[in-house]
Amino acid sequence: MDFGSLFGQTIEQAFGPLAIVYCLAAIGLNVHFGYTGLLNFGQAAFMAVGGYAMASFVQTWGLSMWLGMLVGIGLTIVLALLLGIPTLRLRADYLAIVTIAAAEALRQTVGSVTLLEYFGGQDGRQGNFAREFRDLNPFDEGLTIGPVSWSANVFWVMVVGWALVALCCLIVWALMRSPWGRVLKAIREDEDAARSLGKNVYSYKMQSLIIGGIFGAFAGFIYGLSKNAVIPTDYATDTTFFAYTVLLVGGAARVFGPVVGAILFWGLISALSVFFTQATRSDLIPDSIMSNDQASLMRFIVLGLALMLLMIFRPQGIFGDRKELAIDGR
Amino acid sequence: MRTRALRRVVALGALVLAFLAVLGPAASASPPATQTADTKACQYPEKTDEQIHIKGCLRDTRDDPPAPVPGVTVTVTDASGTLIQELETDETGVFDVPLPGEPILNLNKDFIVKIDESTLPEGADLRNPEQVELTINFNTTSDQTVVFPIGDKIEKPSKFIEGVQLAIGGLVFSALLAMSALGLSMIFGTTGLTNFAHGELVTFGALMAWAIDRLPGEIEIGGTDITVIVGVLFAFVIGGFFGLLNDKALWKPLRDRGTGIIAMMIVSIGLSIFLRSVFQYFAGGTSHNYSQYSSVSPWHIGQIAITSKEIAVFSFAMLVLVAVSLLVQYTRLGKATRAVADNPALAASSGINVQRVIAAVWIVGAALAALAGALLGLTQGFDFQIGFKILLLIFAAVVLGGLGTIWGAMVGAFVIGLFVEVSTLWVPAELKYVGALLVLILVLLVRPQGILGRAQRIG
Repeated sequence: MDFGSLFGQTIEQAFGPLAIVYCLAAIGLNVHFGYTGLLNFGQAAFMAVGGYAMASFVQTWGLSMWLGMLVGIGLTIVLALLLGIPTLRLRADYLAIVTIAAAEALRQTVGSVTLLEYFGGQDGRQGNFAREFRDLNPFDEGLTIGPVSWSANVFWVMVVGWALVALCCLIVWALMRSPWGRVLKAIREDEDAARSLGKNVYSYKMQSLIIGGIFGAFAGFIYGLSKNAVIPTDYATDTTFFAYTVLLVGGAARVFGPVVGAILFWGLISALSVFFTQATRSDLIPDSIMSNDQASLMRFIVLGLALMLLMIFRPQGIFGDRKELAIDGR
Repeated sequence: MRTRALRRVVALGALVLAFLAVLGPAASASPPATQTADTKACQYPEKTDEQIHIKGCLRDTRDDPPAPVPGVTVTVTDASGTLIQELETDETGVFDVPLPGEPILNLNKDFIVKIDESTLPEGADLRNPEQVELTINFNTTSDQTVVFPIGDKIEKPSKFIEGVQLAIGGLVFSALLAMSALGLSMIFGTTGLTNFAHGELVTFGALMAWAIDRLPGEIEIGGTDITVIVGVLFAFVIGGFFGLLNDKALWKPLRDRGTGIIAMMIVSIGLSIFLRSVFQYFAGGTSHNYSQYSSVSPWHIGQIAITSKEIAVFSFAMLVLVAVSLLVQYTRLGKATRAVADNPALAASSGINVQRVIAAVWIVGAALAALAGALLGLTQGFDFQIGFKILLLIFAAVVLGGLGTIWGAMVGAFVIGLFVEVSTLWVPAELKYVGALLVLILVLLVRPQGILGRAQRIG
């Protein structure tokens, strides 16, 4: 067992681009679910809209990436309106089913052969669309501390990504201590009470859906930039589920919940994956019990169990306040 | 009263068994799809040079075994149209053209092989009339064989025939979807749980039938191999136990603690990820088929092809659906189930044992889902996420029919199942699920309580 590489890869993943992507997605879900009580299971769709708008603008239409991002944010708002208008009046479980269905429909549409010339089918968009972003990279080489090392491009994504995370946290913190944020929490706690005080619950929910969706689009941008590729399978249903896990690990309705959650989640995933891969390679676990392919599944088995146990025994996560988040059905 | 209900269940079970026993031999009696070995195999002349060859062997597929087609003019040209060789197929239907020049220089160049249709014998045609020529690109220096299927022209069926053909497939799929949807809807109706792990109950059935299928040896009755049929029935039974285990080990304790329905929904997502990974751990990532009935040659009624397997699966599924409907409608437990779904508190206060009803619903719902999974695996093959792939369609069916209603789930499943298949007449097949999901969203927009749901405030 090589503990050096186990530790190194764990740290690389815990603070790497994927952690940033899921952190941003979870910040969006925190606005939806943590503060407003909206059960949005289609966060992957908001990420996909952001990522695809950015990548297609450069690769399909040869336009500026920054313009693509701007349009991506615009389209995210449109998507939030389209999803929200029919469903925000419905019960929470209906919203969950509609958003998950919409996300999957969107993913299958952009991944189809029919739209191959615009979105690249199952290969997605992968050319050098992140060129404009990488040209701005001030770092000539990456960062290496002991067994931990990030390449120059990855490090640049990380610097920008964590800065974006900090900015988003600041926005969420400012919003949630404003009167507007208090209305959101009131809606989460008792929708009818908020309505009886003359608040337009529907409108507040819609604003929350839009703002959380824009954070999702940010996650899509960082995802695309870090891989230099936007692929349909990256925006599958499980992406949303993992973002929920990140949120619940850290604690919903807490500004820094998603940040802590993302670091722990990806650190744990990476540690499990490296551990079981090494254990099967070095015959610590015999091949008859676990092969290399099976070793890569252990992290998802543990992840599923962890999500269940977390929700059962500590639904408020690490930093959450149980009193603030009485999750129940409405 | 209870003994009467029990007797009805037993009678139904016996009927189902008898039905399967009749179907078993009927399904296995259809001829195997693999053709007998071609006795007149293509005999290519022995290779004596170093050149790359393009060769082929024309066979008339209307004869069994396929007969050679001699005397057909074949032209080979390079990409610019320069003739390389024009020749006729010999008496064994073979042509063999060496390409001039160094083999290595021919790499990554296109060559075109063309058939002169007018030299084909009387009555014979290319099966695909649009494919008169083939373009070949060499990326290795080994010889390449080209194939031109000869026989009757394949006529493109009319839109109507195509529609009927798709509807047959859609009906089979709908019946299986309805079985899966019933469980989800009943569990939602009685416990309020939106179970995202319901797809895994479906996969569980497919895998359990496979487990029986993979046991060494065969299970026979009167010389007929019924391993897969036993596997399907086993999946049904063990699926029920799995459902009971789900409820007793996880959901009942959570209900007793008073866990909210959203928390339970997220727990079910964790369970779904967990079970799906465990299934993949044991079944691998590839797709599988059962050892029997994987390719059943169809019967042709006019231009419509239908297999005995489709008929058997559909009739069996319908029988089960009707049986479940009758049980829910007329037995004491069925009435109790509907009462609990309507109003649990009122049902409990009028003496119904709610916990027993919920346990029964879990057993029946999971057993139906497992049976649907096994039959789905029988019709189209399966992998570790077969249930997860149709989960959204199950949701669409349940929401369309009305969440929590029993009849609605079935009606919704047939609407969604038929819609998904028949819509491929107009939309590309890869987008067929998208249509169903959009229908789901539209239904919620117009009639959120579903087709058969009662109008009530659900906001």
